[in-house]
Amino acid sequence: MVEFLTDLGTALPRLLAEGLRDTLLSFLGGAVLMVLVAVVLGVSMHQGSRWLRVVARVVVEFFRGTSLVVQLFFLFYVLPSLTGMDSLGGTWTAILALGLNYGAYGAEVVRGSLNAVPAGQWETATALSMPWQTKMRRVIWPQAWALMLPGFNNLMVMLVKGTAVVGLVLLNDLTFESEQVRREVGTWPAFLAALLIYFVIAWSVSLVLRRLEARAQRRLGLGDFEVRKARQDADQVMAGAAAPGGSTGTR
Amino acid sequence: MFETELFLEALPILVVAFLKVTLVVTVASSLLAAVLGLVWAIALRELPGPLARPLAFVLDFIRMTPLPVHLLVIYYAFTGLSPMTVGILVFGVHYSTYMAESYRAGIESIRKGQWEAAKALSLPQSRTWRAVILPQAVRNTLPSLGNWAIAMFKDTPFLIFISVPEMVTRAREFGGQNFSYIEAMSLAGLLFLLASYPTAVLMQKLEKKLAY
Repeated sequence: MVEFLTDLGTALPRLLAEGLRDTLLSFLGGAVLMVLVAVVLGVSMHQGSRWLRVVARVVVEFFRGTSLVVQLFFLFYVLPSLTGMDSLGGTWTAILALGLNYGAYGAEVVRGSLNAVPAGQWETATALSMPWQTKMRRVIWPQAWALMLPGFNNLMVMLVKGTAVVGLVLLNDLTFESEQVRREVGTWPAFLAALLIYFVIAWSVSLVLRRLEARAQRRLGLGDFEVRKARQDADQVMAGAAAPGGSTGTR
Repeated sequence: MFETELFLEALPILVVAFLKVTLVVTVASSLLAAVLGLVWAIALRELPGPLARPLAFVLDFIRMTPLPVHLLVIYYAFTGLSPMTVGILVFGVHYSTYMAESYRAGIESIRKGQWEAAKALSLPQSRTWRAVILPQAVRNTLPSLGNWAIAMFKDTPFLIFISVPEMVTRAREFGGQNFSYIEAMSLAGLLFLLASYPTAVLMQKLEKKLAY
């Protein structure tokens, strides 16, 4: 037991020093790109003209339907030969793959939330002849935002876990480093240390998102029903292609 | 650039890997996860607090940590198990924590009156679960379980971490041997899409059909 704790004590600082950087970089970059992609594709799927909706839908289904690892390898091995350019390098490849993959799931969250904003809100804003930008920014988005946060919370945790694959494109992330440390301290201490670090990151991220969620809901005075509905939808969206999203509202 | 010959050459290799590894792991792990998930969901409700809380924490911990690390730790810790078995067990347990949440939602959607009626008829607790609650709850849960199985399917390339020769591992090997990755990688992506998209649409249909 004492030996185990000593080994854990050796593994933790080494992982933090050598593996944390690449994991956090991939996560932060991936998170920024994920939100961008989610908003652009999600709004396009909901508000775009007919052809834009189709294009956005195809992109979303493509990135959700093919696996993350396939996308990662495609960007890493195929893209350079396809474009004749140099490789993007591990970090950018990882950020791009994570952002696009989870962003496609996020697009469904955004679309579902826009869909869940009651039809009367859309109609009223239109009846007041608000320009589209004003309508979205002042009326629709604040309401949709509160509804999409539970979904983004799940996605962010998924993204933290998703960064474990970036070792495949030669980054020295926590997972990769824990395999190195294993040789010195043994299997359980090495991987348990990695799991603990991942857990703390995922948990902190989730905590921040829940704070944001509470704030957004307080501002709007949303009831328990809407919140519960949004959470349910959030759980659905993660799982498959062609997820249902919010079913209320008519637009 | 894109050589049809290489594409055709990769086709049988990837399809065999798909059938022998990807599909086997997906089906076996989905079944394991569906059973374990139900066990967790019932245990969380029935166990007394001092036992239920640690269980809930363990499930949360598994759910919030990456699957590749789980694969690695079980792979190295139990060297007697074949990599394939490790894969099935780890995928099954990992996704059972998600499915437990789906079951929980399904169980919570059962109205209180059902429990009360069962109690009023003095049905034993086990019979209440078996004959009253689960038939209704599982019906609500099925589409969600299916969606998790699809998600698991798309995670099977993680098996590359423990050197199980699944489809994407094979695709990378093939690309390396032929100095061209585009054919095999596109094919791997295509096979994932071809298998997961129709299943997802089917799940959505099932969900609409099962909804009241």
